[in-house]
Amino acid sequence: MTESIVVESLSKRYELGALQHETQLRDQLVHFLRAPFRRRAPKETLWALRDVSFTVEEGEVLGIIGRNGAGKSTLLKILSKITYPTSGRVRARGRVAALLEVGAGFHEELTGRENIFLNGSIMGMKKKEVDAKLEAIVEFAGMQRFIDTPIKHYSSGMRSRLGFAVAAHLEPDVLIVDEVLAVGDAVFQKKCISAMHDMRGGGRTVLFVSHNMAAVENLCSRGMWIANGRIQLDGPVHEVIEAYMGSFASADSAFSELTAAEGRRGTGEIRFTRVEFLSTDRDLQTVTRCGKSLVIRLHYRASEPIERPAFALRLYTELGTLVTDTGTWLHGLDIPLVPVGDGYLDLEIDSLNLLPGRYYFSLKLDSCLETRVYDALEHAVHLDIEEAPIYGSSRRIDSRYGLVFFPQRWHLDGIGSGAAIDVSPAESLK
Amino acid sequence: MGQWVSEIWHSREILYFLAWRDVKVRYKQAALGVAWAVLQPLFTMITFAFFFGKLAGIPSDGVPYPLFSYSALLLWTYFAVTLSQVGNSLVANSSLITKIYFPRVLLPAAAAFGGLLDLVVSSVFLIGMLLYYHVTPRWTMLLTPIFVGQTVLLVMGAGMLLAAMNVRYRDVKYTIPFLTQIGLFVTPIIYPVGFLPQRFQGWLALNPMTGVIQGFRACLFGAGSVDWEVLGCSWIVTLLLLLIGSWHFRSTERVFADLV
Repeated sequence: MTESIVVESLSKRYELGALQHETQLRDQLVHFLRAPFRRRAPKETLWALRDVSFTVEEGEVLGIIGRNGAGKSTLLKILSKITYPTSGRVRARGRVAALLEVGAGFHEELTGRENIFLNGSIMGMKKKEVDAKLEAIVEFAGMQRFIDTPIKHYSSGMRSRLGFAVAAHLEPDVLIVDEVLAVGDAVFQKKCISAMHDMRGGGRTVLFVSHNMAAVENLCSRGMWIANGRIQLDGPVHEVIEAYMGSFASADSAFSELTAAEGRRGTGEIRFTRVEFLSTDRDLQTVTRCGKSLVIRLHYRASEPIERPAFALRLYTELGTLVTDTGTWLHGLDIPLVPVGDGYLDLEIDSLNLLPGRYYFSLKLDSCLETRVYDALEHAVHLDIEEAPIYGSSRRIDSRYGLVFFPQRWHLDGIGSGAAIDVSPAESLK
Repeated sequence: MGQWVSEIWHSREILYFLAWRDVKVRYKQAALGVAWAVLQPLFTMITFAFFFGKLAGIPSDGVPYPLFSYSALLLWTYFAVTLSQVGNSLVANSSLITKIYFPRVLLPAAAAFGGLLDLVVSSVFLIGMLLYYHVTPRWTMLLTPIFVGQTVLLVMGAGMLLAAMNVRYRDVKYTIPFLTQIGLFVTPIIYPVGFLPQRFQGWLALNPMTGVIQGFRACLFGAGSVDWEVLGCSWIVTLLLLLIGSWHFRSTERVFADLV
């Protein structure tokens, strides 16, 4: 494999002072007149990137993730030569195309066709190339009808479609994409992802920045997590995403103390004290993603021996719809006696087939012998379920698509010859 | 520097498209379209001919005053209008600068070349005036493009300097119209150089547009034959500005995207 991009100890410093003050000559003059011989106070600086080094092989698709302000955009801007590093250097092989904003340089007054030529040329296409690809670009954008209309009459979705259509026909050796999939409708997102897939197939190097973890996970083989201007983690995309998501949920979202919970009912001889979310290895699990396993550990404290109690747990959506009810009684489990003191029990779920979102638990401890409630907590604990590529596609699947999903397969053999085998997103549109 | 020039040469199509965009956009929703290129110097000329030529009786080297002032206004309008566009070219295209890489100098260059279309249109009108006033054709008229070329170089030199400064100090934007307004009077547009007292004439030569306009008129009318000293001075200032402008532009263009 040959190296496509080599980044050597890249650093970028911004002078905050220069950005905020003294951009008017007047301010500098005033400053000079007030204290002509005094040295300027050192400007406040910000290191947007600090000593970043990495190599990307040809044909590799690298997903760059990180919070806002972590330095991702600065890195992309340096890689695309828009801005220069304070120190360090970048070497890139071949034509680099950066899509930091879809349709950058579009002019409102010009028509779609005119903007294709303008944008294509600024992005590095020769006029001959644009001439040759014009038809394909217009078709990709799906706007044959409006191509001679000034784009000031376009919707923002149409603009981004046109912009991506131009970019998709650049045929660069290195493509740098920043969050373009956040715009556009579902059908167009599908097209973009498919176009990027084609690029991966074509041996192109792709650097992809996105907050859509499902898209990153599906498109990229390698992930890089940037935090505070440094590379926090660089490795297989799954590991990097897990670690990144883990950083969001602080450790205390993995358990909830219930001893001081308000609004609880029950007689109180035995009470829930704490709920923990664990992995199957019984480690605290700070991030729960849909389709993954989960262990819910219910801690309790009994102030006197309890005969034949029943532990129950109900799961609700954020809007209060009951998703499921489970408990030791429903499972036919008999607990003859709970001795005085602390203890816990685990509920292990193999595959949490819930779509991403926030869910609430209600807990209940009652007696199998008499109608007596020892402890009851409504919506006491919440659980955030994060998105994952559920169906193995990069489509973002969230609460709009329902509540649950099932392990499933589509079989297309019945459609007829040709169409049945591996329908790529772009094909299925036609 | 050599690398810079070769990169610009490679991106010459971008230059063409940017200039084409500027021209296209300028006249897109203007009902009179490209006629504006003529109307602006024409009305200025009519005003000048009335107030300065007729009422004030300012001499014009034996050339009809309207022709005398229009020939100068032709170049001056290009200079003044384009200089302000070149000076603002980086700031006006900040969304491009912060999103795409391409040689930054193409933006001022596109503005300078885009303005030439107006100049060509208003030149056609000048030819009409030459015919109307029965000016004898002479071979020196073929040399006039040299002065147009010098004006372009001048606009580029001063423009690159101003455009780069404008990125950091927006004051420049307000300074340009002010400068060109003063320039209208310290350039021999309304009056011939000889109209000024001798001791001021030397100072006037420091203004590079003095040599340009004097030379341009000399080629057209043969009037007030060429003053080689003024012309040489004008070229020295032009080349000096071009050198300083491109040097300053080169040394600051790396931070444009961070500041603009």
